[in-house]
Parts: sequence; C-alpha cells; structure tokens
Amino acid sequence: MALDTVLFYAFAGITVLAALFVVVQRNPVYSVVLLIASFGGLAGLYVLLDAPFTAVTQIIVYAGAIMVLFLFTVMLLNVPREDASEFDRAHPLNRPGARRFGAVLVVLFLIEAVWAVWHVSGRETAALRATDPGSVASVREIGKVLFTDYAFAFEVTSLLILAAMVGAVVLARHRAE
Amino acid sequence: MITLNHYLVLSALLFAIGTAGVFLRRNLITVLLSIEIMLNAVNLTFVAAGRQFAAVDGQIIVFFVMTVAAAEAAVGLALIIALFRHRESLNPDAFTSLKW
Repeated sequence: MALDTVLFYAFAGITVLAALFVVVQRNPVYSVVLLIASFGGLAGLYVLLDAPFTAVTQIIVYAGAIMVLFLFTVMLLNVPREDASEFDRAHPLNRPGARRFGAVLVVLFLIEAVWAVWHVSGRETAALRATDPGSVASVREIGKVLFTDYAFAFEVTSLLILAAMVGAVVLARHRAE
Repeated sequence: MITLNHYLVLSALLFAIGTAGVFLRRNLITVLLSIEIMLNAVNLTFVAAGRQFAAVDGQIIVFFVMTVAAAEAAVGLALIIALFRHRESLNPDAFTSLKW
C-alpha cells in the first residue's frame, strides 16, 4: 500500500473516531478535547490534499482559538454532567408513536447511506489529479485570489466579525439592575 | 488509490455524526460542538473538490466558513452564558418560554 493510502486511513480514522466520541461523551470537557483531536486529524487530511495553508489555519484558528473559547465557557459554567433525566420523561416527543416513527426514519437513512457508499465504491473514478508542486497549495496564489476576486467578501467578513464581537459582549454582559 | 470519492464519503460520515449529535444530545454546548463537526465536514468537501478541479477557490471558501464558525461560536457561547444565568441549566428543553 502506498504511503498516501495508509496516511489517509490513519487520519480519517482519527477524525471519525474522535468525532464519534465527541457526540457520545457525557462530559463536555472531554468532548471539547476530543474535538481538538478530530480537528488535528482533519488538518492531516488537508496536508494530504496539498492544502498546507488550510491545515495551518485549521490548527491555529479552530483547534487554537475556537476550542479554547469553548473550553473557557465549559469551565466558566461548571456543569460537567448532562441533566437529562427530569426533562426526558416529560418530553412531548417521548411517546411510543413518535419513537417508532423516528426509528423507521433512522433505519431508512442507514439503508440509504449504506446503499450510497456501496454504489460509489463499485464505480471507478479518476484518481485525484496530480498537481505540480506549489500550484494549488501556495499561499501566494490564495492571497492573490482572496484580495482580488473575493475582496468584497473579505471586507464584509470584517464587518461580520465586528458584529459578532459586539453581540457577544452585549449578550454576555452582566446586567446591572 | 485515494480518490475524490473517499473524501466525499468521509465527509458524509462526519456530517452524519454531527447531525446525530445535534438531534440526540441534551446539552447546548455539545450541540454547538456537533455543529462545528458539520461545518468541518463541509470544509473537507470544499478542499477535496478544490484539489480535484485544481482551483484555489475551495480553500478560500473554507477560509470564509472558518470566519463564520468563529463568529457563530462567539455569539452562541455568549447566548449560552446568558441562558445559563437565567435558568441554571444547559438543557435545551429548559428554554421553552417562547413555545406556544
């Protein structure tokens, strides 16, 4: 097996398993840390896809900044456990009819997903196009396109960040009565 | 041989995991984390497709998605803090005052 293939399955395994444990995990602190591991696996996949800029951004922005924000909130609120029991019993969707309908939908979805994967795997597709090194990947190329074709979107992004910042400060502020 | 299909299937798998998390979990923080998983699944699709078609646009869209994710996380977490102050709970079923 080629090195590419081995690395792809290794990183894919890390990503999917960590994501699965994020969802299954009851303790939000573990969920956040596992999600960082999942993002690390994704960064490896980006490197395999000749996208080092995106891989580094993934590590710095996602695993670094956003996840630290989550971790801060989890520790600030200090609710390690999920308090589900008293609500689940009285939940309007927790009735036999609704539960059976949901189970049928899940089974249908699983059949459809397995069928799709099986169908796709039998079909031969072209391998990922080989690129000459540095053509897709280079930060110079990304910067050039970002500041010419996407200049307007880039500027609007700064407004979005400003609005989000002001919104977050206003929402989380302690209201003095 | 790793083809585009491998990446698309992996991305679909991640997206399904994220969707399941949003529907199954009863904790607002885990729901937000599941949304992040879904956003990342879409990012993987963009990068893989950009690689396949030798275009740089895929990575630029990923850049914008990350910005939106950062904004979403900041506002979402601020909302969670405000809600928690109100009810001392993170269960989405505790916040049904607007329900008719």
